[in-house]
Amino acid sequence: MSKIETRSLNVYYDGGTVHALKGVNIKIEANKITALIGPSGCGKTTFLRALNRMNELNGVKTRGKVLMDGVDIYSRKVDVIQLRKRIGMVFQQPNPFPMSIFDNVAYGPRIHGLRNRKLERIIEESLKKAALWEEVKDRLEESALKLSGGQQQRLCIARALAVNPEVLLFDEPCSALDPVSTARIEALLRELKNDYTIVIVTHNMQQAARVSDFTAFFLMGELIEFGETMQIFEKPRDKRTEDYITGRFG
Amino acid sequence: MVALISVVVLFAVVAYIFLNGMQVISLNFLLKSPNYAALDKGGIFPQIIGSLCLLAVCLLFAVPLGIASGIYLAEYATENIITKSVRFFVECLAGIPSIVIGLFGLIFLVYYLGFGPSMLSGGLALGFMILPWTVRASEEAIKTVPHSYREASLALGASKWQTIRSVVLKSAYPGIITGILLGAGKAIGEAAVILLTTGGLVTYIPHSLLDDVGALPVYIYMVLTVVPASRAVAESYAFGASLVLIMMFLMISVFALFLRNTYVKRMSGSRR
Amino acid sequence: MSDSECIRTFKFKFRRMELRKEKIIEKLLFVSALSSILIVFFIIAFMLKESIPALALGWDFFFGMTWHPSHEQFGIFPIVVTTFVVGIGALAIAAAIGIPTAIFLAEFSPRWLRNIIKPCVEMLVGIPSIVLGFFGLMVLVVFIRDSFGGYGECILAGWIILAIMTLPHVISISEDSIRAVPKGYKEASLALGATQLQTIRRAILPNARSGILASLILGMGNAVGETMAVLMVIGNPEIPWIPSSILEPVRVLTSTIVLEYSYVVWGSMHQHALFAIGVVLFVIVAIFNLVTTVAVKGRFGATTAIKGVIGSR
Repeated sequence: MSKIETRSLNVYYDGGTVHALKGVNIKIEANKITALIGPSGCGKTTFLRALNRMNELNGVKTRGKVLMDGVDIYSRKVDVIQLRKRIGMVFQQPNPFPMSIFDNVAYGPRIHGLRNRKLERIIEESLKKAALWEEVKDRLEESALKLSGGQQQRLCIARALAVNPEVLLFDEPCSALDPVSTARIEALLRELKNDYTIVIVTHNMQQAARVSDFTAFFLMGELIEFGETMQIFEKPRDKRTEDYITGRFG
Repeated sequence: MVALISVVVLFAVVAYIFLNGMQVISLNFLLKSPNYAALDKGGIFPQIIGSLCLLAVCLLFAVPLGIASGIYLAEYATENIITKSVRFFVECLAGIPSIVIGLFGLIFLVYYLGFGPSMLSGGLALGFMILPWTVRASEEAIKTVPHSYREASLALGASKWQTIRSVVLKSAYPGIITGILLGAGKAIGEAAVILLTTGGLVTYIPHSLLDDVGALPVYIYMVLTVVPASRAVAESYAFGASLVLIMMFLMISVFALFLRNTYVKRMSGSRR
Repeated sequence: MSDSECIRTFKFKFRRMELRKEKIIEKLLFVSALSSILIVFFIIAFMLKESIPALALGWDFFFGMTWHPSHEQFGIFPIVVTTFVVGIGALAIAAAIGIPTAIFLAEFSPRWLRNIIKPCVEMLVGIPSIVLGFFGLMVLVVFIRDSFGGYGECILAGWIILAIMTLPHVISISEDSIRAVPKGYKEASLALGATQLQTIRRAILPNARSGILASLILGMGNAVGETMAVLMVIGNPEIPWIPSSILEPVRVLTSTIVLEYSYVVWGSMHQHALFAIGVVLFVIVAIFNLVTTVAVKGRFGATTAIKGVIGSR
């Protein structure tokens, strides 16, 4: 069963002058990794941010439906705060808060009203899931900014996990990282998909091929092709997908 | 060579005040109440406490208001006529000469609202004076907080206010503190405003907000102008009070640096 | 994972209480932001209200040559003239010292020297004006009396003290605007074979001009509005006149208020006249600030210069 489904999702920027997403229909499967690929400015990040309503922060107009477990998240009855708790997000640049490692992970549970007793277990759990626990367990009180870039990104993943989301959105999580850190994050993604539904935007087609189960190819705001990753990369149905994958543009 | 003039002037003033002031400073001077009939029998204790009290009232007024205004301007306001006029009037307020704020305090706080020459009048008038500093310092500091912190927090399901309170303000805190303490340094040395809004020759420590209060800058002025004492005694006492005043200013500055440094050291690593 | 069940609870509904709390907080912040406007309005309203009887004297107030309250004469013209004389002179000194200092700091100074000078300049702002005035009274006034004769308390002393007070502003804003001149200008000029001095004069200063000008006008505003320091060193004669020498004691607008407020009869014309002086001061300083903003706007280094203006006051 699909976890998230969009129905003719349209997104407009700059007071309606830029049509960034054009009638996107997609079904994202639960406990799978869905990769969004396409050249710069094709709307893949816009699509990702439409899934947890982060686009709203930049004054963007959204039309169409995004159903999560069958409920439209753009419905007026939906509380965006609760929604974002269910859908975690990890950004392109690692962006830990200028606090201790502990406080970074504790941030989410704390704002949702959790007090100290259970906190430590949640933090340990989250850090273990993010494969960071062994590296930081002795220095949880140190500033998160002292960690390396790859560690910071895993910390951001742990921070997102700590509020116990159902879906994780990754916006080019490895673009600022070195190959070794990238490999660790990819391994982590494969691990996490057992518990979470994952959507990942990536610039790197090898990465999409390596980690994802499904792939969606975007071009100029349109969803060109969507299907199982194997099929997309080996027998693309659309000429434009094939051109992109074989490196003829983008 | 010319560039060194300000350095020389600074050291000349500080050294001169220090050397002359040290000769008067004693426990008696610091801990006794002033005796305006026989100046050399008294001290400046109520003035020291009074200056601190005035500063406290001033900060209690200007800091919450300034930070709140700064948050509003930086986080909530959209660019429109209201925010533009708020910024314009903050500039206006910053440009008003302190003596005019003193006059306003005299007519509005002391007479119109009936606070009389008191700690409340003086503190609030000082608060009017430093409010623009606290507003600007907060707004500037908040604006330098990276946008990615806000996004990360919102993506975790934090509300706007939670984000501001637990991420934005935490990161902006050193800048805000520095700005506020700069304002505090200005407030503690300010004479004209306090002169017009409090009484002059005070010999006691205030017990309530509406009690009259003495302050070091006013004491220096009074000792040199209206207090009947021999010239030499008056001057030496003015030196003593000046030294204490400068010391208080220095302590505020050092405190500001200390707060900022410990915070920066604790919360930022060597990377990025 | 059952530990986290409590944060998993997810309901599609408004959390009305919290939303309302957020709205209230936003309202409170908005009201706080309005407080500055309110204060300025109150200041203008009360100052005007108290000074209208004196302002209504019109010509006799603004251009009357005699200020003699006990004879019911309230002409502030000599005081205004002296205020400007004192302010402009102080500024000339501050500019003569401050601009070269700023050029030195921005273009020539080795880092370590700058690290000494810069904090000292900033500390200079921090010396309480009453203390600086006292220093002036004890050192400057005595020095002038001994070397030039006269009372010692005079325009010259006022100039020097005010120059010291405005110097930090002039230096820091000028330095910022010199630094804001794009590096390319300087390099282009040097590459054409200009000497460093020529480069500064022909390529850098013209482009930093608006910032430097702004610093001077702003310094002027500060000098005119300054009270305690200047009060202590200029003598303040009972009946002010337009001075003919820089060694004469004089009176400025600010010192008049401080010296006379304590013995005015409340509700008398004298009191109104003092508040009217406050209004005149307010207007003069406001004009200077306005000119600064206009002078800085729309020119090179504008933003930096404005920040400098904001930062250093």
